Amino acid sequence: MQELLSSYYPILIFMGLSALITLALIFVPMLVAPSSPDPEKNAPYECGFEAFDDARMKFDVKFYLVAILFIIFDLEVAFLFPWAVAFGDVGVFGFWSMMFFLAVLTVGFAYEWRKGALDWD
Amino acid sequence: MDNLLLETYIWPAFLVAGHSLLILVALLLWLGFFMYAERKIWGAVHLRRGPNVVGPFGLLQSFSDILKYLFKEVIFPTSSNKAVFLLAPIVTLFLALSAWAVIPVAEGWAVSDINVGILYIFAISSLGVYGVIMGGWASNSKYPFLGALRSAAQMVSYEVSIGLVIITVLLCVGSLNLTDIVMAQQTVWFAIPLFPMFVIFFISALAETNRPPFDLPEAESELVAGFMTEYSSTPYVVFMIGELANIVLMCAMTTILFLGGWLPPVDVAPFNWVPGVVWFLLKMTFMCFMFSMVKAIVPRYRYDQLMRLGWKVFLPISLFWVVLTAGVIQYFGLAA
Repeated sequence: MQELLSSYYPILIFMGLSALITLALIFVPMLVAPSSPDPEKNAPYECGFEAFDDARMKFDVKFYLVAILFIIFDLEVAFLFPWAVAFGDVGVFGFWSMMFFLAVLTVGFAYEWRKGALDWD
Repeated sequence: MDNLLLETYIWPAFLVAGHSLLILVALLLWLGFFMYAERKIWGAVHLRRGPNVVGPFGLLQSFSDILKYLFKEVIFPTSSNKAVFLLAPIVTLFLALSAWAVIPVAEGWAVSDINVGILYIFAISSLGVYGVIMGGWASNSKYPFLGALRSAAQMVSYEVSIGLVIITVLLCVGSLNLTDIVMAQQTVWFAIPLFPMFVIFFISALAETNRPPFDLPEAESELVAGFMTEYSSTPYVVFMIGELANIVLMCAMTTILFLGGWLPPVDVAPFNWVPGVVWFLLKMTFMCFMFSMVKAIVPRYRYDQLMRLGWKVFLPISLFWVVLTAGVIQYFGLAA
């Protein structure tokens, strides 16, 4: 516990200081800069037009697909981390079980590819 | 009792705070001069002079720019979510700076040399995408919204190959500690045996930090300025500094993972007299130079090309290299 604390509290202090710098940079101009709001100036930018409708519109489902694919492969990477660190200790059995896991994933990847989930048109 | 409290907790905390402040100030100064160097390099590539008015050779250009932004009006678009709008740049810069807590600039120079260093950096830099999404969504304007969507998809796509590249390095090291990763490169820098991974990491780092040729989230010819369109004054500057800090972080990561960190190129007399921090900064400067040169000479990708490169080229190649590296280590008995 003591050891954990002594290696992580410097990070906490570092984070605190970086937060302080960031906040200072953001809030200084609110004190020193001029402010003269104007409905035209504060309107959302749309090449000079009045905004046609709400900006939070429908968007392409492809973005969801990428997010789902990302979750699959990032989880795979998360599984690989402890395996890679303990690679010297897991031996031949550990090596081949991970190869089997990767093979299953590769089948899924090939299926996505053939289905066109990776195409962006 | 009071004395014990002072000696065991408060005094070390002050030391750590001083150390952290030193690193943060050095980093911010580095960012200022990096911005200046970049503009000089682009100028040279375009046969222009670049900034040359403020200070000798224009050296103080970045600082005068920041000072100028400090005195500009902060504009909140009428339809925006004010709190999230302001939170987005704060998140971006805060995370970009926080990641530096574990970077060992020279042996034992890291603020905290935790044993899951690379996992910490991976986690913190993954969170960076939230700043972009929050900024784009909270602006409630069409260009920032599209820019944020694109940026999110792009950043997560390339994070997968960055993760797999890191795995190949970890296979050769057997530790998540950044100091161990550097020390494992005493015989040979990983850039040589893992050269394809080095290239993939560099290109993925360009995409991950939204740098040209992958700067589609802010492609000015189509999306004005992407997720930053509605930003002004220091919220904008904080976004910019955050992006720069991320770029320099990626340069530092490349140095640690592939270019042997603070180790000299060859461990013989004239080279190992030079202190480690000098080597580290030299290698980092080289990587920063590469980032600038790529921006100056490579044309922008199209979005479908970008996604194809990430998912159909980098992902299979890096996956294959993970298997290959593991197989070679397993069957040639090279396990760390």
